Amino acid sequence: MRIALFVTCLVDMMRPRIGFAAIELLEAAGCEVIVPGTQTCCGQPAWNSGDHAAAAALAKKVIGEFEGHAYVVAPSGSCADHIRNEYPKILADEPEWHARAVALASRVFELTDFLVNVARLDAVPGRFAGSVTYHDSCSGLRGLGVKTQPRALLGKLPGVELREMAGAEDCCGFGGTFSVKFGDISAAIAERKCGNACATGAGTIVGGDLGCLLNIEGKLRRMGDERTRVMHIAEVLTATDGEAGAC
Amino acid sequence: MESRSHRFKANASASLANPVLQANLKTAKGKFVDKRAIAIREIDDFEGTREAAKDIRNRVLENLDLWLEKFETTAHARGATVLWAKDGAEICRHVAEIGRKHGVKKAVKSKSMLSEEAGLNLALEAAGIQPVETDLGEYILQINDNEPPSHIIAPVIHKSLDEVADLFHATHQTPRKTEIPALTREAREVLREHFLTADMGISGGNFLVAETGSVALVTNEGNGRMVTTLPRVHVVITGIEKVIPTLEDLSLLMRLLPRSATGQSISNYVSVLTGVKRPDEQDGPEHLYYILVDNGRADVVGSEFQDMLRCIRCGACMNHCPVYQTIGGHAYGWVYPGPMGSVLTPLYTGLENAIDLPHAATLCNQCGVVCPVKIPLPELLRKLREKQVDRKLRPLFERIALKAWAWVAGRPALYGMGARFAVRYLKWLAGGRASIEIMGTAPEWTAGRNFPAPEGRTFRELYAKRYNKK
Ligand code: SF4
Repeated sequence: MRIALFVTCLVDMMRPRIGFAAIELLEAAGCEVIVPGTQTCCGQPAWNSGDHAAAAALAKKVIGEFEGHAYVVAPSGSCADHIRNEYPKILADEPEWHARAVALASRVFELTDFLVNVARLDAVPGRFAGSVTYHDSCSGLRGLGVKTQPRALLGKLPGVELREMAGAEDCCGFGGTFSVKFGDISAAIAERKCGNACATGAGTIVGGDLGCLLNIEGKLRRMGDERTRVMHIAEVLTATDGEAGAC
Repeated sequence: MESRSHRFKANASASLANPVLQANLKTAKGKFVDKRAIAIREIDDFEGTREAAKDIRNRVLENLDLWLEKFETTAHARGATVLWAKDGAEICRHVAEIGRKHGVKKAVKSKSMLSEEAGLNLALEAAGIQPVETDLGEYILQINDNEPPSHIIAPVIHKSLDEVADLFHATHQTPRKTEIPALTREAREVLREHFLTADMGISGGNFLVAETGSVALVTNEGNGRMVTTLPRVHVVITGIEKVIPTLEDLSLLMRLLPRSATGQSISNYVSVLTGVKRPDEQDGPEHLYYILVDNGRADVVGSEFQDMLRCIRCGACMNHCPVYQTIGGHAYGWVYPGPMGSVLTPLYTGLENAIDLPHAATLCNQCGVVCPVKIPLPELLRKLREKQVDRKLRPLFERIALKAWAWVAGRPALYGMGARFAVRYLKWLAGGRASIEIMGTAPEWTAGRNFPAPEGRTFRELYAKRYNKK
């Protein structure tokens, strides 16, 4: 099965290793992974900022780059949700593009959703051991129904102990541009998320969206917590080591 | 009520810096959320019921004028007078006029958000009518110098027991009490006197039933019954969008409203009031008036924001909102807080007067999934943002930055170069540490948290190197 990886702009810039981990997982599931070289951003920041024209231009660019592939996979619920659920709305007034957006939509998947429900990955390549708690990111959870998939994959690592936090489905306060428009509110929401995560005593906070993870990690460090690790699910599933410390 | 929504950002920062409010919000948080989660499990087909509720509300909104006419006819047939108000000022004029006509000196009120929209209490005082709020929460706010509510169904949710104890002690000149039942009893004793001496009762209306000309009131304290049956004159003030076709529809909506609001299967009191007192009846008003209010609603009918008018004012969206939970309701600056308020305030008071509100959301869609009438709140917030951009209401810098970013993102080679430069800069800024503490390019981010440092190379660079292709 040939799939195209949508790396996402945040992974490209901040955590390339998540992109490589995603490739490793997809290959472990028997996929041949193509990385279209001209990809940049899905355009979600433009759409959520109210710039319809910019959002439409970037949507068309992504559609053009990816529609030739059987499946498109992104290590982010937020970007996958945007491509699958928002592109048809963004292009609603342009019939030809709308049809292409709809045709692409059903073939776009968040990474863990794809691994579990499409590629049916048997064994994960990693050997991570330790206690983890999982943060459900909003778009993946409420937009794409990503909830059990990452947990099922974590369950394939015998050394992982999952400790659910209170309010795992609550927003972490990131919200894209919200985090820089209303920094104080955003950070206060993140503080609650960190408190809930740390209350589990888990050594690693895991999630499927880098935006949330940067927000959570940034808040933890500001709170003086240097030990709790914050990792993307793809990193955990491919890691060769265990955990460092606990909150 | 005058809007302070244009100062949202400053209001929110003040809320965050207020330790008493923060402590109170922490106590309140989750109370309604947990109860709702349990209550909705009692409904076999919750999603199907939401869908049916949405259909009922849509059916009305598609022919709102016809349903209002029908309501006017049926209400009139039962002896009520139906008046229309374009805005808050007209509500005040109508009520003052009714008061004059019937020689009213005192009006007891049960909760009405329209009264807040109109700033009715001040207008009543100016007209020589003493307004007395009888909903416990609203009463507390009234004796605290007419403080505005911070929640649509729990108006004093921002206050602690201690604060209320102090307030009662100071206002009633009674020994300070700290037990809730004792405080409630004290309020009751004060209010009873007012119920018995008032000439007018003013209430809101949760629903107007077109087939019978009735108003449905959903309350928990019983004050609504006194307000609507004891005084000679009863005035119902409610929005034009509150009409529903039948009692059957009411019963369906009532399966959702209390469960979504407070997590109760049914509220303590549900009253369906129809017409004036008839000769063979013991209770009820001799004169009944409906003031049906536009105040911005008519313009929303038929617009891309019409979905918002389905709202049945349950408050679930704010109870579940991470932003509301963090800053409370006052920061939103007008009558309606939380996600529904962030949609309604710009629509009713003007886009330019509430510029921050549509952005004051993470778009987490927690509100959208709990709304009993399936209002796509995040989508409406986003559409309002689009309207702001179209009308060039966003700050110039933001507009230019967005355009520049989108322009570059459309040019992969340039974008790649920019990204390579940016990650090196950030890596340098981190200076070997794992995260950045002060970042001049995003001061809002680093004010409250660090910014984790990037790895230092972009994925595209590393991928090209690893797979030896460009
Ligand atoms: S928008 Fe929905 S959830 Fe919010 S108050 Fe209205 S009906 Fe309730």
